[in-house]
Amino acid sequence: MAELTVVVVSADREVWSGAATRVVARTTEGEIGILAGHEPVMGLVAGGEVRILTTEGNTIRAQANGGFLSVANDRVSVVADAAEIVD
Amino acid sequence: MGAQQRVYKAKINSTSSLRKIFKAMELIAASRIQKAVARAQAASPYAREITRAVSVVATQSNVEHTLTTEPESIDRAAVVVIGPDRGFAGAYAANVIREAEELITHLREAGKDVALYTVGRKAETYYTFRDRAIAKSWTGFSEAPSGADARTIGEELLEAFEKSFDAGGVDEIYLVSTVYRSAVDRQPEYRRLIPLEVVEEESAPGTGAAGGDDQVFPLYDFEPSAEQVLDALLPRYIDARIQAALLSAAAAEQAARQQAMKTATDNADDLIKTYTRMANTARQAEITQEISEIVGGVDALAASGASD
Repeated sequence: MAELTVVVVSADREVWSGAATRVVARTTEGEIGILAGHEPVMGLVAGGEVRILTTEGNTIRAQANGGFLSVANDRVSVVADAAEIVD
Repeated sequence: MGAQQRVYKAKINSTSSLRKIFKAMELIAASRIQKAVARAQAASPYAREITRAVSVVATQSNVEHTLTTEPESIDRAAVVVIGPDRGFAGAYAANVIREAEELITHLREAGKDVALYTVGRKAETYYTFRDRAIAKSWTGFSEAPSGADARTIGEELLEAFEKSFDAGGVDEIYLVSTVYRSAVDRQPEYRRLIPLEVVEEESAPGTGAAGGDDQVFPLYDFEPSAEQVLDALLPRYIDARIQAALLSAAAAEQAARQQAMKTATDNADDLIKTYTRMANTARQAEITQEISEIVGGVDALAASGASD
């Protein structure tokens, strides 16, 4: 199954990166779920939780505040002003 | 011990305690370079993503944004000078200020007004001492700038940019800062920040090429719309560029300080050596004098004894 390459970066560091099968984030237009093969999208992150389902089956939750999300060629970048992993 | 010797001993003592201070400062600066470089590297993924996103929006939509369009006439330019808070860094502050002065002269010749913004105490005092008006100055974070610092500067600059000329607004904004390339290579440079020419931000020190992205972007969908995405992105892009400049300058500052302190240590070593030689000469002279006095005395006694 195709994978997504995900990076979550905040203004001062890279918070998380790795391979995932699904990413769910909240944009200003509502929740968006991204699977491999998603069309290129660039949206504004409304703040809140970003859930990443890794290829190993774990769920990574990251709190992202303001910023944007871009998807292209199975590469997802969540770029937030401030972001951190929550357990 | 003779008076001369004592003078030299005192000089050697004070020079060697100064040398200790220089050496300590050199070591501190050397360890801080690493930290500053690491911080710059940590911030570079963000800058890279933002730059990429801005390039995407800029290439795929024909949205006109005030930040990217060239104003019809440029009457006033803002110059942001990024300098150090503390001295003891050799010509670091002087170099960046000289670069700024060149730019200012250049802008004035082109008939533009200049509004000065400074970062760092040294840049601030340079202009206040000369009674030059500063629109705004920020101090206290030149060695460890945070994202929030960059944002404060970015907000202030955008505010100035949005004002009309009569209200003190500016039409373009330049950043003058020192770019850190390696521990021995740094260069004061100026770049225009606004209006934006979207360029691939030169990568943070040590990271090499910025990922070698293929520059043909796929067609994106924008949510909610290209305008709104651009509206949100551009201020962040500006903050990211300011942040990159601040971090690079912080690394350059530490590198300059380390070099200056190394030179100072070497000079102290030379001085100590010279003074030690002079003290030895003084000691020898004193001994020679004592011997000749004794010999003279013996001779005199012998002469007086023989005449008895």
